[in-house]
Amino acid sequence: MSPDSAEAVKTTAGARQSSRTGAAGAAKLELIGVGKEFRTKRAHTVALSDINLTINDGEFVSIIGRSGCGKTTLLRMLAGLLSPTTGRILVEGRSLWNGTKVDTSVVSQLGVVFQEANLFPWYSVAENIALPLQLRGDDKASRMKRAYELAELVGLGGFERSYPRELSGGMRQRVAIARALSINPKLLLMDEPFGALDALTRERMNLELQRISLATKATVVFITHDINEAVFLGDRVVHLTPRPGRIHQIRTIDFPKPRSIDVQTEPEFGVIVRELRHALDEDEKR
Amino acid sequence: MRGVSRDRSRKLLPWISTPIILVLAFVAWDVFVRVSEISDAVLPPPGRVLSEMVTVLTTAETWEHAWITTSETLGGFLIALVVGVVAGVVLGKVPWLELSLRPVIVASQVVPKVALVPLFVIWFGFGITSKVVISAMLAFFPIMLNTQLGVRSVEAGQREVMRSLNATRWQTFRHLEMKSTLPYVLAGMEVGIVLAIIGAIVGEYLGGSEGLGYMLVRTLNDLNASAMFATTILLSLIGLLLYFVVNALKRFLIPWHESVYGQQDLNG
Repeated sequence: MSPDSAEAVKTTAGARQSSRTGAAGAAKLELIGVGKEFRTKRAHTVALSDINLTINDGEFVSIIGRSGCGKTTLLRMLAGLLSPTTGRILVEGRSLWNGTKVDTSVVSQLGVVFQEANLFPWYSVAENIALPLQLRGDDKASRMKRAYELAELVGLGGFERSYPRELSGGMRQRVAIARALSINPKLLLMDEPFGALDALTRERMNLELQRISLATKATVVFITHDINEAVFLGDRVVHLTPRPGRIHQIRTIDFPKPRSIDVQTEPEFGVIVRELRHALDEDEKR
Repeated sequence: MRGVSRDRSRKLLPWISTPIILVLAFVAWDVFVRVSEISDAVLPPPGRVLSEMVTVLTTAETWEHAWITTSETLGGFLIALVVGVVAGVVLGKVPWLELSLRPVIVASQVVPKVALVPLFVIWFGFGITSKVVISAMLAFFPIMLNTQLGVRSVEAGQREVMRSLNATRWQTFRHLEMKSTLPYVLAGMEVGIVLAIIGAIVGEYLGGSEGLGYMLVRTLNDLNASAMFATTILLSLIGLLLYFVVNALKRFLIPWHESVYGQQDLNG
């Protein structure tokens, strides 16, 4: 059984298959029957069960769900921080996990952005951005050149020598994004990166992220609990339901990119958001 | 630009206020001595103390004693620094060890350590060794406890970043753990250096024939209050100097830390 057909089976009738998932050769990330169970002495929780998903090169996939649906668990598995109990995760066809051991050569091609920027206050903006390159062993001149390019890309030109304490929350998150992009990751994983920001900053960061992802042609997995944000940014929106975490539906969002903020006032956008909201409300009742 | 100039005048303020306070204190002292006609043997006028100060400072013997006290302090402090940081890192990293030693550590914290000084004199003699040991013991605890706290306080999110970047143990230590713990160690050092001086002086009070503490006891036996004042001032200056050295080290090593960039004190 190919991953695509598995996905089709699990996807509810309302969801539309993206036509691009058919091109198996371009698959950047494949999740095949991925599940995660937590066993403690007292309890046995199934956090995620039978997740099948294929993400293509350059695609932006939003994952939404209520808290507790396992979306953060999913991202931590993709980031190589938590091993799956069952199933396989393939990055460009290479397995990320061998049992509970992570393939470090695959992990080193991923960029991760967390909810908190988690910058290192003892390093300047440029040094923070270049940290992954430094760990990789790049020489100083080349990594600083790259850091300055990326600072420019994320809209922080002129702040390269500033320290994190001098930056606002939105600017810090931009640094975190630049840091994740520094290694030219095959896959950019984002776990509610704008969750800690105020609504206006968040809206601006959404536009910025769209611009950055288009400019870098990055493949992005974007986790959020904000439906608007998920639909605005996503080429597809994956809806996870809790207990156990499963893919409930996958919606393709057809608005052409780049999308302006005004796309949110279009009727069709409203329909998609409303339907997703109802589906999420159903989760609450279960 | 008003904000900037206000900032600057705020930084200058202590430099202006401190001399004024000192002058006022000396004037008040002088007036009090004149008005109350208090005995010289109890409270000498500041002028007398000043001239005694010159005498004390120009005596070669004073500097030998000062050097002894300084080296005892530094010796004890350095031992405390090395042992304290190592112990702090180990206890911070090995929870079961910390847990099993906690009662002992708390108990030894509560013991008035100065009360042990006579014991140390018996064990390590009247020479420099006993003073170094006392200094080290006093300075050890704040350094060890702060280091332990620092090791524990490395942010989970930052660790996660290093993990997601596939960092080696050494890289995590170099780029995260060491940098993150350093402010705590330096805070411990600031407390430690002051305690180290106290240790050396108290040690000298109780035994031996060297150091500024010994000199103080001698001036007491001579009932020479002005010399006592002069020696005390010299001791304070040495203490201040050592503290500023540690503080400068902090400014140099962790300019990014809020305890440095938020600091608006004398040396600001």
